Amino acid sequence: MDAEERIVESLVKAIRKLPASSEALIAKAAEREECKGASLALDAIARNIECAEKTGLPLCQDTGMFWCLASIGRESRCRIGKLERLILSAAAEASAIGYYRKSVVSDPIYSRRNTGTNLPPVINYETVDGDGVVLRFLLKGFGSENCSSVRMLNPTSGERGVINAVADMMRAAGGKPCPPVFLGVGVGGTMDRAAFLSKKAFFFSDGNSELEKRILDSVNALGIGAGGLGGDNTALSVSLLSEPTHIAGLPVALTVNCWAERKCEIRISEEEL
Amino acid sequence: MIELKLPYDEESLESVRAGDAVVLSGVLYVGRDQVHKRLYELISERKPLPFEFTGNGIYYMGPSPAPPGFPLGAAGPTTSMRMDPFSPLLIEKGLRLMVGKGPRSESVRNAIREYKGLYLQAYGGCGALYSSCIKSVETVAYPDLGPEALLRIRIEDFPAFAMIDSMGNLYNG
Repeated sequence: MDAEERIVESLVKAIRKLPASSEALIAKAAEREECKGASLALDAIARNIECAEKTGLPLCQDTGMFWCLASIGRESRCRIGKLERLILSAAAEASAIGYYRKSVVSDPIYSRRNTGTNLPPVINYETVDGDGVVLRFLLKGFGSENCSSVRMLNPTSGERGVINAVADMMRAAGGKPCPPVFLGVGVGGTMDRAAFLSKKAFFFSDGNSELEKRILDSVNALGIGAGGLGGDNTALSVSLLSEPTHIAGLPVALTVNCWAERKCEIRISEEEL
Repeated sequence: MIELKLPYDEESLESVRAGDAVVLSGVLYVGRDQVHKRLYELISERKPLPFEFTGNGIYYMGPSPAPPGFPLGAAGPTTSMRMDPFSPLLIEKGLRLMVGKGPRSESVRNAIREYKGLYLQAYGGCGALYSSCIKSVETVAYPDLGPEALLRIRIEDFPAFAMIDSMGNLYNG
């Protein structure tokens, strides 16, 4: 299979089948759930996962907007124009043959005309050590994305400030983003860099740091719960990335991902470029 | 588990209580953001509506395309709060049953109490599951809206959860 076929295959699969680790966290939440309403929601989610697998239908009708991180090896001879065409072509093909909902409009303020292709994707390019290219995609649903946000904290706010900012944003989100959610947190950089990190984090953190666990606990103490129906399964994991920032600031960004955490990763070797 | 047949009769609708698990069967209309904007404008301009509000419910949903052999693709609920600016007027005009996901504004809750409506939550993200409850579909109006068109669907054993009942009671965990 060539690179484009592999990207298409991964994208088509991603809207139907969650990563095994995400499914495991959902199943674990269902086991320990004691709230009646939330149990019904988690039961519906389990049946939905099974149904999507059996029928080949997407897990959710909002098959998302393509968000792509293209990590290009510094030693690679990759031609960025060719890489961009590859991403666009694979995304268009996956949308068509995968029965994605066409959810992208061209002009956000006035016409809001559907592009009919799910293009354009949001593409971020970065350079990394080594050669070849790694593409990472989020299929970003907007029920949860509408709850994503950035806060510019005081530089002296520290860990407590970061935890409270995320908890505040989730309190405002309530049951809207289809909890139990997966949270990406970006800290530092500039406002936009923090926002970028909050999405990149879904691929680069295992959620095991002390800070990530404290954020998770404080979000789960909010009582929003699965389906917004109560209980303590509001978030299933927190992935955080941080980078250097300015002496005057502490940007904190939160990306909220619904329980249907659809993502995939494709490696392209130097020979294929 | 409470069964509610659609179109509903008033007594059945008003007997549902916040916190009840409800199973819907029958005919349901489907519309989301742009449909709400258009219905609101039609009412404001005193123009005829594209479907009968009385006895019917509206489901906030925009499906993914139907693969061969399916009436619709994935068909789970979308966030109700975006319909909040339009819902009170629609409820007043008789569209008393709403199915969506997530919290509603105080003004929606007040309108539900005043006109004895019902707000049900469908389980968010469960698009494949809800698709399997939909037996047939037809476009009623606004095909120009693509996945946001106004649809009529026939459903069986559609699972939902009562969030705000006709007395204005709110389920809160």
